[in-house]
Amino acid sequence: MAVLKYESQTRDPLVDGHKDYHQVTEDIIRPIEANPSRLWWIGFIISVCLLLFGVYSVYREVTYGIGQWNLNKTIGWGWDITNFVWWVGIGHAGTLISAILLLFRQGWRTGVNRAAEAMTIFAVMCAGQFPIFHMGRVWMAFYVLPYPNTRGPLWVNFNSPLLWDVFAISTYFTVSLLFWYSGLLPDLATVRDRAKLKWRKRMYGLLSFGWTGSTKHWQRHESLSLVLAGLSTPLVLSVHTIVSFDFATSVIPGWHTTIFPPYFVAGAVFSGFAMVQTLLLITRKVLGLKDYITLNHIDVMNKVIVLTGSIVGVAYLTELFIAWYGQNGYEWYAFKENRANLFSPYGWSYWLMMGCNVLSPQIFWIKKMRTNITVTFFMSILINIGMWFERFVIIVTSIYRDYLPSSWSTYYAPTIWEVGFYLGTFGLFFTCYFLFSKFFPVIAVAEIKHILKKNGESYKAKMDVIENKPAEKFYEETHAVPH
Amino acid sequence: MGVKKFIVGCFDNEDVLFPAVKSVRKAGYKIHDVYTPMPIHGLDHAMGLRETSLHTAGFIYGIIGTTTALTSITWIFTRDWPLNIGGKPHFSLPAWIPIMFELTVLFAAVGMVLTFCYLCQLAPFVKKHHFHLRATDDLFVMVLEVTSKTNEADTINFLKKAGAVEVNVQVAEDGWWLGRYDKEQKLYQGHGETVIV
Repeated sequence: MAVLKYESQTRDPLVDGHKDYHQVTEDIIRPIEANPSRLWWIGFIISVCLLLFGVYSVYREVTYGIGQWNLNKTIGWGWDITNFVWWVGIGHAGTLISAILLLFRQGWRTGVNRAAEAMTIFAVMCAGQFPIFHMGRVWMAFYVLPYPNTRGPLWVNFNSPLLWDVFAISTYFTVSLLFWYSGLLPDLATVRDRAKLKWRKRMYGLLSFGWTGSTKHWQRHESLSLVLAGLSTPLVLSVHTIVSFDFATSVIPGWHTTIFPPYFVAGAVFSGFAMVQTLLLITRKVLGLKDYITLNHIDVMNKVIVLTGSIVGVAYLTELFIAWYGQNGYEWYAFKENRANLFSPYGWSYWLMMGCNVLSPQIFWIKKMRTNITVTFFMSILINIGMWFERFVIIVTSIYRDYLPSSWSTYYAPTIWEVGFYLGTFGLFFTCYFLFSKFFPVIAVAEIKHILKKNGESYKAKMDVIENKPAEKFYEETHAVPH
Repeated sequence: MGVKKFIVGCFDNEDVLFPAVKSVRKAGYKIHDVYTPMPIHGLDHAMGLRETSLHTAGFIYGIIGTTTALTSITWIFTRDWPLNIGGKPHFSLPAWIPIMFELTVLFAAVGMVLTFCYLCQLAPFVKKHHFHLRATDDLFVMVLEVTSKTNEADTINFLKKAGAVEVNVQVAEDGWWLGRYDKEQKLYQGHGETVIV
């Protein structure tokens, strides 16, 4: 009789090693209780130095004005808005992982969601700096808020995409922060209840809001997470859509494009996942969390990268095609001469973008490359360079040649203070991330425990034994009728 | 709220906990609460808890957000200070959709989190009695309230039989108070008689 072969329904384990609940707590909380390593200190000090340099650059800009930057007659948006869009894009992966993958019931999100959400919050914080300081008179920044005032009252323009941005970014920041922190409460309580030191017990007692783990609280917590995920899913799509409206609703050739919203969202997810890879590859190594952030996770995230990278590639080609097909001379000039022409002043940036974003991720069609840590790390950096240039290309190549050819001559290159501001946000981002990795559980402990029984290695081993039996026997065992 | 006496049974496996919860309820004991380190799906049903209506609250907050955005922008742009923007209508609804959407999400999220904290009585500086420190690590802690009708010894034996690895009696405040976690428990009077099985 032929033996039927049963193909396993279970996937590779999401938690390696035969862990029990206590071991999970130990593994993830230990870095918080231990003294930071030398690597941590080196990284932290470099980040703080970068941050201080950024603070000084911003101080120059606030004291002497926007003249400290090299913006000129036609290029009113240069590095600052490029950096803004870049950081906001990076901030998209966190919510995508925590919200959209929660709705799709993707178990693998539990290993990476906490760090990715933290990254989102820090990235949005960095992004926010740019439009605020670009205002010049930063002490007037509160003018963007609609509140009854004595100037008329003079209201903000609700029809302007720049104001939509204010609402989108601040809502996104608030909701991400709430989502992240409500998920942290149970884990902070775990740290509190393990704490031996007085200050630690007190600090985490304060931070964990008196969480007990009551069943009713968990029931509400689950409901809250699910609804917040449901709210964050359209929110994350709306944020980069609205950022793209800053460009798409204008009449500048190169910006005036209906493809922008989906193209920006795909690009945001693409660069966000690249940044998640960069951070998690370092985190899993430094904190010794290889059992939780497995090669399986890295593989899956690389699949998302190749998908979104290809969507971005299709978008680049589509807009190029439509610029030609649309027969608008100004638009075609912007695409053909300002961008695609390698020998035009910024042609190099267009092809750098194409190389990094469209060609290089195609390597991830190969499984061996997706699970190679060195390749992944290198690619994650390359993609973020490419995505920075995407925004640079969109912004600068569209405006450096305006409708008045006499003002075309100036080549825009940033000053040291413009660069310093950008480096400063790196400092802010990594300072926050280092503090986060020291004081907070970088992996959602409770969520890992929740999936442990179904996705741990022990379960897989047990299932393998059952499933490798001949199908008839398997059927008998699983459908045994008690006599 | 107030100081009460409790019998605490600790389980180290949720597969034992589920039948235990069922048998405890069947035997007529009233479960005060079960504390677990992670969400356990179905435990709320096993305990006979009502579904939460937090999501309904979220929906209402969302509607309030949409209405707030729509009414304020309409009033500002058509009544208080109508701006002529390229001769376009003052009531330009499509341009307001992004802000209406963002406020819907903002109100729903903030409102829900605040409601969640209120319902669960969670806030900074709030302190609660913890029946077992490992309830946030790897133990599932079932707490039964001792009333005048409860036979303590019987209950302890019942829990042991149901699979509890540790059973003890505690006198504790069941509400919250303002306090610090680095201090001794306010009303916690030791582990009473601890029965390790």
